[in-house]
Amino acid sequence: MASGTFAESGADLELVGIQKRFPGFTAIEHLDLTIPAGSFFALLGPSGCGKTTTLRLVAGLEDPTEGSILIGGKDVTKLKPFQRQVNTVFQSYALFPHMTVLENVAFGLRRRKIEDPIGKAHEALVLVELDHLATRKPQQLSGGQQQRVALARAIVNRPALLLLDEPLGALDLKLRRQMQLELKSIQEEVGLTFVHVTHDQEEAMTMADTVAVMNKGEIEQLGAPEELYELPRTAFVANFLGQSNLFTGHVSGSTSNSITVDVEGTKITIPTKRAQRHKGEVTVGVRPEKLHLHKNAPKKEAGTNSLGPGRIIDVSFSGVSTQYTIAIPGIDKVTVFQQNTTFGPLAGEGAEVWVSWDVDHGFGLEDEPGATPRFPADADTASIAVQKRRALMSELEES
Amino acid sequence: MTLQEGLAVTDAVTTPRQSPRRGVRLGLGNWLLPLYAILALVFLLIPIAYTFVFSFNNSVKSNIVWRGFTFDKWLNVCDQIDVCVAFGNSLIIGVTATIAATVLGTMIAIALVRYRFRFRSAISLLLFLPMATPEVVLGAGLASEFLGAGVEKGLGTIIIAHTMFCVSFVVVTVKARVSTLDPALEEAGRDLYGSPNQVFWRITFPLLLPGIIAAALLSFALSFDDFIITNFNAGTTSTFPKYIYISAARGIPAEANVIASAVFILAIVLVLISQISSAMKRKKLAANGG
Repeated sequence: MASGTFAESGADLELVGIQKRFPGFTAIEHLDLTIPAGSFFALLGPSGCGKTTTLRLVAGLEDPTEGSILIGGKDVTKLKPFQRQVNTVFQSYALFPHMTVLENVAFGLRRRKIEDPIGKAHEALVLVELDHLATRKPQQLSGGQQQRVALARAIVNRPALLLLDEPLGALDLKLRRQMQLELKSIQEEVGLTFVHVTHDQEEAMTMADTVAVMNKGEIEQLGAPEELYELPRTAFVANFLGQSNLFTGHVSGSTSNSITVDVEGTKITIPTKRAQRHKGEVTVGVRPEKLHLHKNAPKKEAGTNSLGPGRIIDVSFSGVSTQYTIAIPGIDKVTVFQQNTTFGPLAGEGAEVWVSWDVDHGFGLEDEPGATPRFPADADTASIAVQKRRALMSELEES
Repeated sequence: MTLQEGLAVTDAVTTPRQSPRRGVRLGLGNWLLPLYAILALVFLLIPIAYTFVFSFNNSVKSNIVWRGFTFDKWLNVCDQIDVCVAFGNSLIIGVTATIAATVLGTMIAIALVRYRFRFRSAISLLLFLPMATPEVVLGAGLASEFLGAGVEKGLGTIIIAHTMFCVSFVVVTVKARVSTLDPALEEAGRDLYGSPNQVFWRITFPLLLPGIIAAALLSFALSFDDFIITNFNAGTTSTFPKYIYISAARGIPAEANVIASAVFILAIVLVLISQISSAMKRKKLAANGG
C-alpha cells in the first residue's frame, strides 16, 4: 500500500474469470469485466443477481472462489481490504456512530498517516456542502446528509476506485435526483473511477457512461445507456431496462439489409444489422414509445411495420404521455406510449385501433425463443419499485 | 414516564368519581397506595439505614446497643485490623476476577456471535450452566477439584472460582451488544485502511464498551458479595462477606458498618454521576439536533 500518498488518478479495474460460491449457492457464475480508468460504470440488475457480491469482491470484503481482480494492472486478489486503494460507500452508509462527522471523514486519512487529515476532511465536507455540521454525530443528521458524509468519507481518500453500493436507495425522489447530479459532478471534478451498483435503471442510465446489466451472476449486456436501451440483445435487458413489446416467430424471408419474421400471419420486418440472429425462430421487439396509434388501417408502406386491428383494453394517463394497452388477436398485448401533444386521449377503451412503427426501430434478440426467461417475473424494475414503496410505507407506519 | 403514570393515575381516580358510592372506595385507594409504597420502601431501606446509623455508634465490642454518637470508627477504620484485611482481600479478588472474566468473556462473546465453528451452540449452552447451577453445588464441586489437584486454598483459588462464574455473566451481557453491532461498520473500517488491530480498537471496542463496562460492574458486584462459593474455596483467607458472616455470631464491629456504608454511598454516587452525565448528554443532543 502506498502509505501517505493519494492515487494519482483513477485506475482500470479488471475482473478475470471471477467465480464466487457461497455454501449452498453460486452468486457469480463466471465474470469477465474491464472497467477503464476514469469512467462512471454502473452494474444494474435485480436483487440477488450478484452485483453487490461483485462489489464486495472488488473491495476485498469477500474472496473470489476462482479468478483474479486487477486494479491498475496490479493483481490485488490476495490483498486485504485495507491494502487496496479502493473505497466503498456502503448501502447502510456505515458511519461510525461514536465519532463526529469530521472524525468519520478523517478516519481513512489518519489510518494512512496522511498529512493534515483534519484540513483535508474539512475540504471533503465543503465539497458535499456539510462542513457546517462537522462537529455533529452521524445520528443527528438526516438520511441525505448521512449519505453525503459517507460519500465524503470515501472520496477524501482519493481512491483509485470508488465503489457505490446502492447509495441512493434510502433517499426520497427529490434528494435522489440532487445526489445523482452531485455524484456526477464530483466524479467529473476528481476524475476517479466510479463503480456504481444499483437496481434502479433510471439511476444507472442518467449517471453512468457504461452500464452492465447483470442477471443470475452473469453480465447480460454491456454498453452505453443509449445503446442498451435502443438495441437490447436479450429479453431480460429489453424488459429490465424500460419496457418492450416482444414478438416471436419464424424468419420467413430476408433481403440484403432486412429480415422478415412471421408472427401469427403478420409480417414484421427489422434491419439485419439490428438483429442478433437471422434464421429459425427469433424474437423481435420494439419500444412502446416508437409505436404510432391509428384509428384507421394504415396504408401498407415499405419501411413500416403495422399490426391490427386490435382493441384498447387499458388507457392510463401519466402526465407527459399516455399508455395504451392494446389486445391484438393472435399477438397478445401491445403497449404504446403516446406523447400528450394534444388534450385528451386519442382513443378510448374498447376502440378499434392499428399500430405501426418504423422498421428501423425494431430489434432482434439473441435469446433462444422458448427457453424459459432467465429472470423471475417479479424482478423487473417496476415491481421492485412497488416492493420498495411497500417496504417504505410499512416502515413509515411503524415509526 | 413519571408524568404519564401520574396522568394515568389521576385519570383513573377522577373519571369514575361521578358515581358517589365508588368515590368512597377510591378515596381509600387514594391514600392506601402511597401508604403501601412508603411501607415497602421503609422495609427495604431499614437494614441499610440501620447499618449506616450504627457505623457512628461508639461501640465497645459488639455493635448491637447504641452507646452514643462518634466519628471515631469512620476515621480509624483499620483499628479493627481483621475488617480491613478482609475488605482488602475482597477488593483484590473482585478487581482481579473482574478483569480476567471481562477479558475472557468479551473474547468469547465476539467469537460466539461473529464466527461459525464446531460446538458453537454447545458452548453457548454450557456457558449458561454456571448461572443456573446452585452455588453450593458449584462451590463444593470446585473445592473437591482443588483438593484432588492438590491446590492450596487461598486468594488464588477464590479468584479462579469467581472468574469462572463471572465469565458467564460477561458473555451474556457482551453478546447482546455484539449481536446489535452492524458488521458493515467494521467492514467500513477495513475499507478505510484500518488494519484488523486498528479496526478492533477504534471501532469494535468503543462500540462494545458500554456492554463491557456493564459486564465488568456486574462481575465486580457478584464477586464482591459472593459468600457461598468463596467459603468453600477460601481456606483460611478472609473476605468481607466471610468476615461478616463469622463475626455475626459475636457482634459485628462498627468498622464493618463503616466499610459497608462507604461502599453503598460510593455506589450511589457513581450511579448518580452516570445518570446526570447521560441526561446532560441527551439534552445537548436534543439542543443540537433541533
